[in-house]
Amino acid sequence: MNISHDLGVWIAALMTLFILSFLYKDNPLYKLAEHLFVGISAGYYIVLNFWTVVMPNLVDPLVRSFTGRDPVTHAVVQQVGGPFQGTIGDYRGWLLIPALLGALLFTRMISKIEWVSRWSLAMIIGVYAGLKTTGFAQGDLVAQAQGSLRPLWTGELWSSVNAIVFTIGLVTSLLYFFYSREHKGALGVAARTGIVFLMVSFGAGYGYTVMSRLSLLIGRFQFLIEDWLGIR
Amino acid sequence: MNLAALEKLDRRWLFLIVGLLVLGPLLKPLGLPLGTSKPVKMFHDAVAGIPDGAIVLMSCDYDPGAKPEVVPMTRTAFRQLMEKRCRVVITCLWPGGSSLVDQTIESVANEMRAEGHDLVYGRDYVDLGYKAGYEAVMVLMGKGIANAFPQDQRANSTASLPLMRNVRDYSSFAMLVNISSGYPGTKEWVQQVNSRFHLPMVSGCTAVSAPEYYPYLQSGQLKGLLGGMAGAAEYEKLRGEKGAATKGMDAQSLAHAFIALCIIAGNVLQWRKRGARS
Repeated sequence: MNISHDLGVWIAALMTLFILSFLYKDNPLYKLAEHLFVGISAGYYIVLNFWTVVMPNLVDPLVRSFTGRDPVTHAVVQQVGGPFQGTIGDYRGWLLIPALLGALLFTRMISKIEWVSRWSLAMIIGVYAGLKTTGFAQGDLVAQAQGSLRPLWTGELWSSVNAIVFTIGLVTSLLYFFYSREHKGALGVAARTGIVFLMVSFGAGYGYTVMSRLSLLIGRFQFLIEDWLGIR
Repeated sequence: MNLAALEKLDRRWLFLIVGLLVLGPLLKPLGLPLGTSKPVKMFHDAVAGIPDGAIVLMSCDYDPGAKPEVVPMTRTAFRQLMEKRCRVVITCLWPGGSSLVDQTIESVANEMRAEGHDLVYGRDYVDLGYKAGYEAVMVLMGKGIANAFPQDQRANSTASLPLMRNVRDYSSFAMLVNISSGYPGTKEWVQQVNSRFHLPMVSGCTAVSAPEYYPYLQSGQLKGLLGGMAGAAEYEKLRGEKGAATKGMDAQSLAHAFIALCIIAGNVLQWRKRGARS
């Protein structure tokens, strides 16, 4: 056993134990760790986004466009044309538009003009809705429909059984969600078969969730045993 | 055994038993057998099939909350790529993950340097760090990687890094290795990059998201899939390594067996109660 002398490891170990103490019952140490986590995370994310997004992707290119100098090295930057003669990838002064839209989001803090922030939100929602829709159509709808159209007989017994089970599961699961007719007769049988397939998939999902959560516990115990207590 | 007593059992006893079942094998490993599944072998073979020296995009989209599952995958995949002399460009779309990813990559690189490998940051691998924007970043990278990442994780100008002089957009990469623990992650890379830019892709993900990604494997959109700690451990086995995931599998197996017993006991109890009522 070789207990760590690293202050960071000790803080992490104590925070882990404080959080795990909730399993016994709610207590002030758990609350302390929880509040520290929320506060530090919020601060960390703000600083991180400022230095890795706002500065390199917005402020630095604007400074470079309007001053003609690199903001870090102060060296003269060769650029053809003025600050608004941008191309794809070199947006130059046009970055003032996203800067303005970003700034408008903060109008939510002033009740009289908070409606202005909706312009920026509309832009964000529009772009993401478009990206999501086309991405889903290409990546899921078309590709998954293609992937589902499989020959039932593949020339090999077990892969053929697999393909048949897959097709039955696909069709009956879809029929379970067909609500325009009462689930009676053949449709009822198909829908009940579909439930079986759905239950199997929920069970698999639950099993994987258990594995995921246990992995987190294992990871914390590995940290406490190896990094903190030094037992290897 | 009086099953009715189980109904009134304080659940903290269950927490204690699970805790002991996890702790025990970590202190004294049992060496339970571990197989290798087809999706994991496909992942390994897909990475092995990348031409030596090719440039690979490795997007590590996670944060410390998923560390036990995804860090072992990142380590093993990065090592396999480095041993093939592939050049790796690393990105991260999760704000909390960039430091962890950089630390993980650098620890593997340092281990390999100690073994005699000649690895140079900027020439053999580059960590471009975190960028906000989720799918928008993925699409922007398609117009040029440096557009989205003007600086790397260490604040170097992307254009100044020797490796990045050979990287323009997705067409520069032989494969995308995505290690993901949720949104944005594998699903978004499949939708925005694999299907639009036709970049071959493999995925390592947390167990909780694995069932969602199996259809992508079946349709051929993913060339391989590592699901959770078990997937990471199987991958380590294929690579002949004994990392953190392999060490955790005994604990995982015992705790799973106990939880399965609890589920069976709970169902038996319910059937008996229903029988008594009727």
